[in-house]
This record gives sequence, C-alpha cells and structure tokens, in this order.
Amino acid sequence: MSTGVRRAAAARRGNLGDALFAGACQAAGGFVLLLLGGIIVELFIGGLPAFRAFGLPFLWSTEWDPVSEVFGAGVSIYGTVVTAVLAILLAVPLAFGIAFTLTELAPPWLRRPVGTAVELLAAVPSIIYGMWGFFLIAPLMAQYVQPTLIDSLGEVPGIGALFQGPPFGTGILTAALILAIMILPFIAATMRDVFEQVPPVFKESAYGLGCTTWEVMRGVVLPYTRISVAGGVMLGLGRALGETMAVTFVIGNANRISTTLFGPGNTIASVVALEFGESETGSLKLSALLALGFILFVLSFIVLATSRFLLRSRLKG
Amino acid sequence: MSGTANPALTPVKNPGNATRLSRRRKRTDLVIRSLSLVATGIGLVFLASILITLFVKGFGAMNLSVFTEVTKPPGSEGGLLNAIVGSLIQVVLATLIGTPIGMLVGTYLAEYARDSRFGDVVRFVSDILLSAPSILIGLFVYQLLVLPFGGFSGWAGVAALAIIIIPIVVRTTEDMLSLIPNTLREAVIGLGSPKWKMIVLVSWRSALSGIITGVLLGIARIAGETAPLLFTSLGNNAWSTNLSAPMPSLPITIYSYAGSPFQDWIELAWAGALIITLAVLLLNIGARSLLGRGK
Repeated sequence: MSTGVRRAAAARRGNLGDALFAGACQAAGGFVLLLLGGIIVELFIGGLPAFRAFGLPFLWSTEWDPVSEVFGAGVSIYGTVVTAVLAILLAVPLAFGIAFTLTELAPPWLRRPVGTAVELLAAVPSIIYGMWGFFLIAPLMAQYVQPTLIDSLGEVPGIGALFQGPPFGTGILTAALILAIMILPFIAATMRDVFEQVPPVFKESAYGLGCTTWEVMRGVVLPYTRISVAGGVMLGLGRALGETMAVTFVIGNANRISTTLFGPGNTIASVVALEFGESETGSLKLSALLALGFILFVLSFIVLATSRFLLRSRLKG
Repeated sequence: MSGTANPALTPVKNPGNATRLSRRRKRTDLVIRSLSLVATGIGLVFLASILITLFVKGFGAMNLSVFTEVTKPPGSEGGLLNAIVGSLIQVVLATLIGTPIGMLVGTYLAEYARDSRFGDVVRFVSDILLSAPSILIGLFVYQLLVLPFGGFSGWAGVAALAIIIIPIVVRTTEDMLSLIPNTLREAVIGLGSPKWKMIVLVSWRSALSGIITGVLLGIARIAGETAPLLFTSLGNNAWSTNLSAPMPSLPITIYSYAGSPFQDWIELAWAGALIITLAVLLLNIGARSLLGRGK
C-alpha cells in the first residue's frame, strides 16, 4: 500500500516536473519571438519622430544636415545596397570555386583543413577586417589596383565612368571587397553542404556517360541544388547589408552618391555607428538614426527570410 | 535541365568532330578546375594575409604592460588591462545568461515542437536573429535599457551580447538533439521516466559535446562584437568593474584607438587585435576539435 502511494506521488512529481519543464521550454521559445518583436517595435518607436518630420521622402532624400536638422536616408540606403550587391558579385564566383574544390577536386585528406581554414575567415571579428582593410588593403588599392583599373577600364565607354576619379584607396569598391571576403565563408559553406547532399548515384551516372567533372557540376549538381545555392547567396547578402565595423573603416564616410566606384560613400550601419556618438538624447538626429536602423532591419529581414525560404528543403534534410 | 545542350549527352553526328569536341570539353573542364583551385587559393591567401598582418603589427606592439596597465592618455606607457577585464566580465555574464535560454529554446524545438506551428515560427525567428545585423541589437538594447535607466552600462552590454549568443546556442542545441536516435528516447520513456528526466539525463548528456561546441562558437562570436557595445556599454578609459556604469571592452578600445591619430594608440590597437583574434580563433579550433572527437 505504502509503495503504491509513493509511486503515485512520484508519478505526480513527474507530471509536475514535466509540466514545469515543458512550460519553461515553451516560454523560452516565446521569449525569442518577443525579442524579434521588441527589436521591430523599439526601432520603429525610436524612428517615429523622424518618420513624422520627413514623411515618406525620408527614404530617398539625399540630404543629411545635422545643423539645420534635415535628414534623409537616400545616400545610406544606396550605399548599403550597392556595396552589398557588389560584394555578392565578387564573392559568389570565389565561393563557388571553393565549394567545387572542397567537394570534387581536392583530395579527401585536404578537404577538412582547407574547409576549416575558410570557415575561420568567418570567425575573424568584423573590427579586425576593418583594421586590416584600412591599414593594408586600402593603401594597396590606392597604389596598385585603382590606378590599374583607371588605366585599363576608365576609358571604356559605358562602364568607364565607374572607374574614374582620384584613387584614395578607401571608398565603395574597397568596402565591397572587404565585405566580399567576410561573406565568402558563409556562401562557400552553404554551397559545399548542399553539393554534398547530391545523391552519388546521380553523379556516378553522369560520370558513367563520360561527363567531365565540370559537366557533372553544371549538368547534375548545380541544377539539383540551385534553389539552395540561391539561398546561400541570399544569406551572404543579408550578412553584407548589416555589416558595420569593417565598412566604417574603409568606405570613406561621406554623405554623397558617387558615380565612380572609387568615391567615398556610407551605409546605414556605418552612419549609425559613426553619428550615434554625436547625437543628443531625444534629438531629431538620434531619431533619424533609429529610423535608419528600422529600414535596415526591414531590408535584412526580407533578404534573410527569403534565404531561409529557399534553404528550407535543405533544412528539412 | 540546364537549358543548353550538354555536349556529353548530344549524339555525335560527325565522327570527325568527335576528337575536337572531346578536346574542347576537356579544355573547358581543365580551365574551370584550375580557376576553382585559384579561388580556393585566394581565400586562403586572405586568411594568411590577415594573420600575418596581425602577427607582424601585433607582436611588435606587444609587451608586458599591455596586460598590466590600464588605458592611458597618448604618450604615456599604457596598456589594455581594463579593456580585457571589461570584455571578460561582459562576455562571461552574457554567456551565463544566454546559454540556458538558448538551450531551453533548442530543447523546445527538438523535443517538443518538431511538427508544431508555433515551433516553426520560433525556429524561423531564431534563425533570423542568428543573421540579423548586430548593430540593430545594440540599438534595441539602447532603446530598452540605456534610455529608460539613465545611461550606458555594463549590464546593457551584457544584455546585447546575451541576445546575440542565444540564437547560436539554439541552433546547435536543436541540431545536436535531432541527431539522437528516437529509440534511445523510447527506451528511457519505456522504463517509466518522466519526459523531463529523459531530456536532462539522456538527451542533453548525449548532446553535451555538441552543445558545448555551440557555446564556445557563440563565445568566440560575442567576444569580437563591437557595434552593439557602442550603444550599450559605451567603453571607459578608466578601470571599472561596476556593471551599472559605462564599461570598457577590448573591441571598443581597439576601435577608438585604431581610428586615433596617435602612433602609440594605434600600436596598442594592433596588440589588442592580435589578442582578440588569437582568442577567437583558438576558441573556434578548440570547439571544432571537440566536435570532431565526439563523432
């Protein structure tokens, strides 16, 4: 009898423990939702005075005048999108080459160390990229890369305008290059992972027909994985949009839209990081910075959500 | 599938062309394979260049006073002690706060909500947070904790870093728990154990090395975060362990010193950059070897 009572008590404790534990887990899940909701709401509330003062034209106005308190997001949205897209253009071919090497070309014993090395690129803190970019890459750009580009492409009609102007070293192109290196490991890792998921039978049949390695990649692996590859590229784009410290070091930080890629510019994240210290609590400028933050959040949310949607088949495994 | 005809799959109409076609295919293959190897080489060169720059400039500036002196005005022999200690305090506290929350969320996703609608939403939101710009998390904490509570503080920095580490722990916890075979769970439940005991004593224990890996990777990530701290713990040039006041941190000190016009400050920034990168890379390598051993 007494054992029966004890057992019943233990079962009740188990039930209570189960309820508590499940409740704690679910509450933690709810907390994550609250965090995201909180970020959206707080940024919007903070940006509200600026949205009220400037209305919808805030999105494309290129003015940024702290003295007369007129602010617009046009230049920094332009800089954010242009540097991120350029970074993608530079990073995707490199990432594909790395993923191709790691899945098909390199001997198996070499794959793990090389893969780890590329992943370590993702671990280097953003500020280190900023210092490296500012003290090493920018001088190299000014001395060698930009003069070469000016001489070779500067005269070409059409695209020539992109490669003109004084070679400062810093600017849109340098920022895009640093961003490209930073997002490279994310895109390469995603590509490698999805390439590895192609059933070997598919590849073996193509090899059996006499295809070369590249033909197998182009005709079998890429078509099989193209949606996930696009997801990996979007993930890189999302990362590039919000990158702050590295860009702040090398973009030149000027509020203007240059026609040349060598010109200085800014991005949403770099403006917020640089101007925040000079904004007084409750000022319209601070509100404009929070409004910029809200715009950046919406941009990266759309890109990251698309990325996840494209990668969902891979995530379900 | 790929739109254009694949030469390997098109029947050869004129046998005389076959060798030429085959030569062209092999050449294309060789060119692209070489370019891929070059791309990999470029990636490795970037990593090597960053490390070499850090070692050359960082070791040149490294001496004992970096670890024993606090930050001082330019011209006087200063160090980074307060920044290092401030970073350690904030990172450790953020990890202690963020890890349990992240583990609970990951456990919820893997053990309770594999097919639930709410679970899908939580998983989606956590993945968005994982890649969301960290500067926005800093702005959020500024609005939430700095403005209403009278100024920049170490606690605000801790909160921002904790928010950043949570989704990292969620992702690895869920991934690691999903690898555990269901038969193990059924065996434990079959012995009459309540579910929470099954999770704590069996699931968590089996996934332990994976979860630790995730936490270590998370620590490596938040140790180098700069942008969110600009709006939260702000930085401090004096020795401070008071979490209610602005608190120094290594990344913020590096940021302000690297952008300064003073040569000795720039050198200190390089020393700090070397310290932080070595710590982050060692954490990464350690975490990976831990996972490799577990397999």
